[in-house]
Amino acid sequence: MVQVLKKKALALVGNHAVAYAVKQAKPQVLAVYPITPQTTMLEKLSEYVSSGELKAEMIRVESEHSAMAAVYGAALSGARVFTATASQGLLYMTEMIYWAGGQRVPIVAAVATRAIAEPWTIWDDHQDFMSKRDAIWIQMMAENVQEAYDLTLQAFRISEDERVILPVMMGFDGFILTHTMERVEVLEDHEVDSFLPPRKFNLIDFSDPVGVGPIAQPDEYMRIRFEAMKAMERSKSVIEEIMKEYEKLSGRKYDLVECYKCEDAKYIFVTIGAWSGDAKVAVDRLRNEGIEAGLLKIRVFRPFPKEKVQEYLRSAKGVIVFDRAYSFGSGGILANEVKASLYGLQTPVYSVIAGLGGKDVRPLHFQKVMEDLVNEKLEEERWIL
Amino acid sequence: MINVPEGIPIARPKIGSAGKTGLWRVERPEIHYDKCTKCRLCVLYCPENTIDLLENLYPQIDYNYCKGCGVCAQVCPTKAIEMVKEVK
Repeated sequence: MVQVLKKKALALVGNHAVAYAVKQAKPQVLAVYPITPQTTMLEKLSEYVSSGELKAEMIRVESEHSAMAAVYGAALSGARVFTATASQGLLYMTEMIYWAGGQRVPIVAAVATRAIAEPWTIWDDHQDFMSKRDAIWIQMMAENVQEAYDLTLQAFRISEDERVILPVMMGFDGFILTHTMERVEVLEDHEVDSFLPPRKFNLIDFSDPVGVGPIAQPDEYMRIRFEAMKAMERSKSVIEEIMKEYEKLSGRKYDLVECYKCEDAKYIFVTIGAWSGDAKVAVDRLRNEGIEAGLLKIRVFRPFPKEKVQEYLRSAKGVIVFDRAYSFGSGGILANEVKASLYGLQTPVYSVIAGLGGKDVRPLHFQKVMEDLVNEKLEEERWIL
Repeated sequence: MINVPEGIPIARPKIGSAGKTGLWRVERPEIHYDKCTKCRLCVLYCPENTIDLLENLYPQIDYNYCKGCGVCAQVCPTKAIEMVKEVK
């Protein structure tokens, strides 16, 4: 029997789709400092608060550092919280980001990814997002506006799950998604309420006070970091479970990774973020040319889905990882992760660096690289200038 | 008891977990009770929470943990607290 889902669809730009999801998640405290390309999200959230559609305290902070500090404190007291930033703002927030990760505070932060100065730019790449990979945060990235909406709702649920209790960062490409209008299927408010019950965990009990942010002796410190590692590992199966539940509710399939025609592919792209859509177009065109191409899209970057990467890529004849961020002196950040995951296997991995600072990348760029691989003309690391 | 999941770093307040910090003291605050008006400013301001109230509501300093910072002497409106050099 085919179940027909009645779906409500809206035309939303990425920033407004995330704001809509946040409104439905009913956080009690928001602290956001505006920065391009996130600003219109903050404006929409302010509208929701001022019209009474979202009953939340909107703290007008003087910086991103304060924004994270404010939601950190509010989250410890049991509030559901949200913040959002990008680029230089994310860097300025960094000290508090590590505090939130180390303290394991349930926070959802949206990052409208944008390149980092210098040179100064407002356009998209993933350098800001990737720079937070060791901060004990779960990190996910959206491919399109629909995913940005869906992942935001899932992020609250994952962050607050008692088996996890970790902050979650939801990345989506600046301008490419934040300012692009798409048809977005949204859940009804009551559906979100059933998926996202009120938060339980909090650390404030006047009859049993605890200190937060304590000093730790070296052996305690090491043990706490070990527990954080275990929580991060544990979160993989919890994320899968929550995504399955969301799938039942929404009819949209979610997993740590997305395999697009990669099961039988000989040559596979690996991407994260918005340009996964361009890669899919390229895969289709390459298949028309007779090249058995596929795509493995990484949706959850931390914890890194090593096992899935191994499963899908182990028998590929060639893997091309597209990176929109670079670890200078080392290599493409995603490429390094993929190579580490495939350690001991014979799968050849090629790294392509493209789209830094918003440089335009189209399906034909993906096609050209794969054609070069098939013709044995692709070098180990290529920069598309 | 609050239920804190394993691995979330918290501390439970406990007197003296860092040892007898009063041993660090160079000067000790001494209260001249004849000048004290029981205003309790010293109790409020003590950063180490080492000043308690006696049953008659006069303050009393716990020298095991008082580090001798002198904040209480500074805030005392009647100058009833005097900082005296520790002589050993």
